[in-house]
Amino acid sequence: MNLWRDIKGTLQAYAVTFGYLFRKPTTIQYPEEKRTPAPRYRARMVLTRDPDGRERCVACHLCSAACPVDCISMQAAEAPDGRRYAAWFRINFARCIFCGLCAEACPTLAIQMSPEYEICKRDPLSLVYEKEDLLIDGGGKDSDYDFYRHAGIGVANRRGGNADEYGPVDPGALVP
Amino acid sequence: MTELLITATLILVKLILIFAVVLSLAAYMVLAERKILGRMQLRYGPNRVGPFGLCQPLADVIKLLTKEDLVPARADRVMFLIAPGMASLIALLSFAVVPFSPPVTLFGREIPMVVCDLNIGLLYFLGLSSLAVYSIALGGWASNSKYALLGAIRGLAQLISYELSMGLAVVPVVLSAKSFSLTDIVLSQADWPNMVRHPVAFVIFMISVMAESKRTPFDLPEGENEIVAGYHTEYSGMRFGLFFVGEYINVIILGAMVTVLFLGGWHGPLLPPIVWFALKVLAVAFCFIWTRGTLPRLRYDQLMHFGWKFLIPVALANVLVTGAVMLAIGS
Repeated sequence: MNLWRDIKGTLQAYAVTFGYLFRKPTTIQYPEEKRTPAPRYRARMVLTRDPDGRERCVACHLCSAACPVDCISMQAAEAPDGRRYAAWFRINFARCIFCGLCAEACPTLAIQMSPEYEICKRDPLSLVYEKEDLLIDGGGKDSDYDFYRHAGIGVANRRGGNADEYGPVDPGALVP
Repeated sequence: MTELLITATLILVKLILIFAVVLSLAAYMVLAERKILGRMQLRYGPNRVGPFGLCQPLADVIKLLTKEDLVPARADRVMFLIAPGMASLIALLSFAVVPFSPPVTLFGREIPMVVCDLNIGLLYFLGLSSLAVYSIALGGWASNSKYALLGAIRGLAQLISYELSMGLAVVPVVLSAKSFSLTDIVLSQADWPNMVRHPVAFVIFMISVMAESKRTPFDLPEGENEIVAGYHTEYSGMRFGLFFVGEYINVIILGAMVTVLFLGGWHGPLLPPIVWFALKVLAVAFCFIWTRGTLPRLRYDQLMHFGWKFLIPVALANVLVTGAVMLAIGS
């Protein structure tokens, strides 16, 4: 037993804790002070629009299939120009676990996660968000992406049959 | 007859004063501990109830009082109900012999600033701190729960071991004061506090006192990570609160004891004696909290080794050396 070493080790710890007493606490005093989340923070889901301002969602149900807690539901419908859209779209945030699988599954980048993390409500039913609550005006994280320009605009002409179309997307470069 | 009446009234007034001060101080010790520990861990601690969280003790008391008072179905009911009261009561009783200021002369009467200046005050304190074992033992036993019982057994073993070194550490103090009365002990420290005269005894006493108050490095009786909450596992509401408050009253009492025995009691320059006494008690209490923020819990065998194989032999040697030196210089 090295007594001197033990005594020194014990007393050094006291000096450390005493020094910490005068440091500024790292606590963020939540309701008064708020942390600014990073722009790509992954909290509440939103539905984005394409560069033309139309809804990106094509109601393919991939998000609701991917959802491990089954909190996404929708009704598919078809517009007169052949475009699919969601007649209604609903996310129950009381069930959502914010895993992000829906945003990963979305082929049109319609559903994305936003930095809005303050979604505590007293009434759980008010956490059921409809399409109107979810839709935002911008394009979100990849605002230039337009699914129909790659996939063929309208079902009348197949892919490649339209003048203002882009080529296929390189999956290796598909970093949003 | 009037003389008796006046003396009785004075004692009553002193009792009420001490009761109020010690209890509210204990409540605010909880807050102080939470805040200081928080700052040591780079957080704020309670700061929501009132300015700087100063109403937190009040909120805690209201919460504890309004919680359900559960008694386990197969517990020993009477024992279970009285054990927490004993914890606080015994801690409070020790304050009767603590002199916190020199006698004050009021209306031509000399009023000693101590409830009862027993000529064996030190033994009374040691006896009461041994009795404190009962609240743990009874509470743990009566709960009829394995964790409570394990905590109680640990508490018993620990308190008995550290009582010895505590008793041995105060022997040099008694030797130099030539009295068991706490007032005499304080008076004997007029020029030098005992901390300077008996440094080894002081360190041993501080360590034993920390073990005695069952606080971190020595909080095995309530070691959260292996026996839930130890002897008060089954307690809820204000009965748990009494154990809790008892612990903090104990911290104040032991702080007062360290002050009286080693830090020179009310002696100090400039400030009035009562302020010096309060400052010293609070400083010792801060050391307790500081230790809690610094040291991890000892293992059970380490605790026993440290008590029996280190503290007690050193304390015994210290008694012998001190006695020999005092005999040699003939004081």
